[in-house]
Amino acid sequence: MNQFQYSRPTKQQAAIDAVAKDPNAAFIAGGTNLVDLMKRGVTSPQKLVDINRLPLGKIESQNNGLRIGALALNSAVAEDRQVREKQPLLALALNAGASPQLRNMATVGGNMLQRTRCAYFYDTTMPCNKRQPGTGCGALEGVNRMHAIFGFSDKCIAVHPSDMSVALVALDAVVQVSGPKGNRSIPFADFHRLPGDTPEKDTNLTPGELITAVDVPDGPFTKHVHYQKVRERASYAFALLSVAAALDIDGSNIIKAARLAMGGVAHKPWRLTTAEQMLVGKPATEETFRQAADVAMQGAKSFKYNAYKLKLGPNAIVQALKTAAAA
Amino acid sequence: MKTPEKQIGAPMDRVDGRLKVTGAATYSAEYELPGITYAVLVGSTITKGRITGIDSKAAERAPGVLAVITHFNSPKVPGFDTAGKDPSQPATVGGPIKIFHDDKIRFNDQPIAIVVADTLERARFAARLVKGQYAPEKHQTNLEASKPQAFLPTSAKKNPKNPMNDYQRGKTDAYKAGAIKLEQDYVIPTEVHHPMELQAITAHWEAPDRLTIYDKTQGTMATRRDFAKEWGLPEENVKVIATFVGGAFGNALHSWPHESAAIMAAKVVNRPVKLMLTREQMFTMVGYRPYTWQKIGMSATADGKITAITHESIGQTSSYEEFTESTLAQTRMMYQSPNLTTRYRLASLDIGSPIWMRGPGEATGAFALESAMDEMAHQLGIDPLEFRLRNYTDTDPENGKPWSTKFLKECYQLGADRIGWNKRQLKPGSVRDGDWQVGYGMGVGTFGAHRGAATVGAQLLPNGTVLLQCATTDIGPGTGTVMTQIAADTLGMDPQKIRFELGNSSFPKAGTQGGSSTVNSVGPATQQACLALKDKLRQLAAVGSAAFASAKKEDIILTDGYLTLASNSTARVPYAELLKQAGGTAVAVEAKPDGAGQKYSMYSFSVHFAEVLVHVLTGEVRVSKLVSCADAGTIINEKTAANQMKGGAVGGIGMALMEHAIIDDRYGRYITKDFADYHVPVNADSPDIQVAFVNQPDPYVNALGTKGIGEIATIGVAPAIANAVFNATGKRVRELPITPDKLV
Repeated sequence: MNQFQYSRPTKQQAAIDAVAKDPNAAFIAGGTNLVDLMKRGVTSPQKLVDINRLPLGKIESQNNGLRIGALALNSAVAEDRQVREKQPLLALALNAGASPQLRNMATVGGNMLQRTRCAYFYDTTMPCNKRQPGTGCGALEGVNRMHAIFGFSDKCIAVHPSDMSVALVALDAVVQVSGPKGNRSIPFADFHRLPGDTPEKDTNLTPGELITAVDVPDGPFTKHVHYQKVRERASYAFALLSVAAALDIDGSNIIKAARLAMGGVAHKPWRLTTAEQMLVGKPATEETFRQAADVAMQGAKSFKYNAYKLKLGPNAIVQALKTAAAA
Repeated sequence: MKTPEKQIGAPMDRVDGRLKVTGAATYSAEYELPGITYAVLVGSTITKGRITGIDSKAAERAPGVLAVITHFNSPKVPGFDTAGKDPSQPATVGGPIKIFHDDKIRFNDQPIAIVVADTLERARFAARLVKGQYAPEKHQTNLEASKPQAFLPTSAKKNPKNPMNDYQRGKTDAYKAGAIKLEQDYVIPTEVHHPMELQAITAHWEAPDRLTIYDKTQGTMATRRDFAKEWGLPEENVKVIATFVGGAFGNALHSWPHESAAIMAAKVVNRPVKLMLTREQMFTMVGYRPYTWQKIGMSATADGKITAITHESIGQTSSYEEFTESTLAQTRMMYQSPNLTTRYRLASLDIGSPIWMRGPGEATGAFALESAMDEMAHQLGIDPLEFRLRNYTDTDPENGKPWSTKFLKECYQLGADRIGWNKRQLKPGSVRDGDWQVGYGMGVGTFGAHRGAATVGAQLLPNGTVLLQCATTDIGPGTGTVMTQIAADTLGMDPQKIRFELGNSSFPKAGTQGGSSTVNSVGPATQQACLALKDKLRQLAAVGSAAFASAKKEDIILTDGYLTLASNSTARVPYAELLKQAGGTAVAVEAKPDGAGQKYSMYSFSVHFAEVLVHVLTGEVRVSKLVSCADAGTIINEKTAANQMKGGAVGGIGMALMEHAIIDDRYGRYITKDFADYHVPVNADSPDIQVAFVNQPDPYVNALGTKGIGEIATIGVAPAIANAVFNATGKRVRELPITPDKLV
């Protein structure tokens, strides 16, 4: 690890200023990903601005929704009574991620900003456009069994590893950020980016912008929800792919509203709006779910080692919807 | 007087359990010596070629750095010049990498430099500043591509009796002519050693010609021999301490380049040097279970008698050592097949050398054999357990010898009852539980009941306790605990008053802890040393007491503070008196195998039964129940023995379902290089594993009746799970691990 400066401001503006005026500065919260990246030489910030003393850890009800502070711990959000009652999908997704130890350190803002787990990104001797633009994509012709089937480019086929973000994009969350030019709100679906020609940019945050909270609007998805994570062991593994499903079903088993998103398939949490629209007004049956899954997978393309995702994807969608409907 | 309770067989707590769980046990990287320094290795970023230059200036100038050693400035190592002489394991033809000796790169991440500094952080920082320049050459890291160049191991070519040679009984490849036959390929990928404790060494030159190393090793004496030879020293000038080893599983059966590097660094800086590998380095420089391709051909009669088996395998080795293992051993002796052919070959790859990994080759071979058994049983429409019973052997078909003991049928019965084998349906894919398909499978394991010579020293201490010492190690099975039990029964003493010290090359000699042989070997030495101690005490007591002069050693009782006789409790000699006499009480006894192996085939046996759930839509596999039954001779400690069986079974779950080290062959570098990408089972993957022992003594391996547990705990688990997956789904996965992508 390289040497770096470290500061721990108590004022939000001081933290923002410190990072905004120094291109080699970075915020640090739980550090569960950044410290790893620094140890491996993937990133070498010269200044770390520790934001843990900022008062951004609250979870509160307001404006027909929940406002979850950026520094709320993953474990605290997953256990929060309001979250479990109003947004059980979010609690399920959080508990599917990492391990209890990591969830006790990782924050909501940090979870959104975690970098891809692509092995080529982590190995500084290998090509990676995300880590070092212009060096090429190691995964494109390499071992790409974990990689994207949607929205990739020839510059990058990495996937975003967060489980929490898959639930948040499904729930129409809004990210509150504060930066040198003031505050703004970013719809969750616009927060992360597709790789295009600039895979080094994971998100649409501008330099110095700090996530302060995530707003999750109240909705009807308090019962029929499921987070289906398919992984290679029972716990503590990144998803081969995952599905966040939320349904509002009426007394005659007709779907009134639906939300569907996938993780582990794209450079960002992948919202499946066409499939959602297709579900509305239909009976909540396996046949309907299979039709929605087929719609959801339209446009998916695989590489040498991840063709299984084209079959696993729709199956996982059906399983998620079935389980949500039965919940 | 109250007779002490029998300790052999009792589930005694580990003698060192408290030290381990409280952090009081000291491991190789935890010795704080005066003037200690810290080292970090720098690895090659190419896979094959030559080092053309190493820029180490920035590292040398970095704060706290004491030395940067490369092949450009390394000191002369006397043993490196004795060309062709292998300072390593005899089973490995060739020789390990001579660290910092030449400019040649033989595998990716091969150490090209070691940086020594006054703190670990400074060493780590400076190591990042060292930059190698290379002239790369074309490399090969893919076994499938190397199969055409596979060769018979040199050890087999040199010696026609070497078991790596082709084996034949009956007609060659007779399965091909069979009416009912199968022919299938099976693949086990590279699996990497990841014991909890990383490889670590603290090297200390106490004088220019006296070396002490605190080292993670499974054999203090083998390590001493290797490094004495490497540095041209008499063996007694080298001391190897491995009091505690945090798991090894075969990983520490070889002397590795990082050990040589730390010893060299300690020489250069003239201070003790501590070096611990990173988890990432554990993938590249300290061995692994080799990627192995296998082919099985089998024919059988319609009523379920095997008529022929051919088993071929090609395992990976490095370009500089020929690592061989007994992949085909189980096939030659497990089933009564009149025609049998085995062919073992190696393929050299530009990857570091492999090493034995729990169960070693037998576990790899059993995956193919026991999968094929299941496939043939299915083809014949016979229950797989019944199919095995129809081909059961009461003598060893490989050499015609009788078994010393074989209670495999009893294991079958124990296991079948506990798993509920009668619930298994012949037709695969016929049992559902909600969204999960349910299946049952079995796999058999066997491993030679090996025994070697071992010496144990015993003495009575003034406080009335007995101290036993042996150079053997305890990598986790509980060696110190079971030896204490054996000694307690032999001496008729409270185990609390016995201390068994191990893990030190200065103690009486013993072999390496590997191949399930420690209790078989050190157990009888402990027993005999305790008997000798009793006799010695009797002789000392006889000097002043006529009653002892005529007593037999079996009659001797050691109590709190004095020696007495079972037949005459009035005869008493206080320990203080015995210890006053010249010469002391110390005895050392060497116990050796008595040659029973010439007459008998001696093996431990196991069978594993698995119940699995396979998700119909996602292809995820969960092992819902696992029953492991063993015929391992006498069980000295029910608790530690069951613990070994459970640990081995968890290793088998990893082998079956998740462990998979993947190299990107374009670069020759691992893609999986941490626990996020290289999966081992977590608690949630391990069901409640039931263990049952036949617990019948083997009268021939040794007087204790033991046969060994460590390997058979793993051998056969992976095929049991693979067979259960087939029974659940009708899908046969012949390339491990069985991940969801293969089932969806």
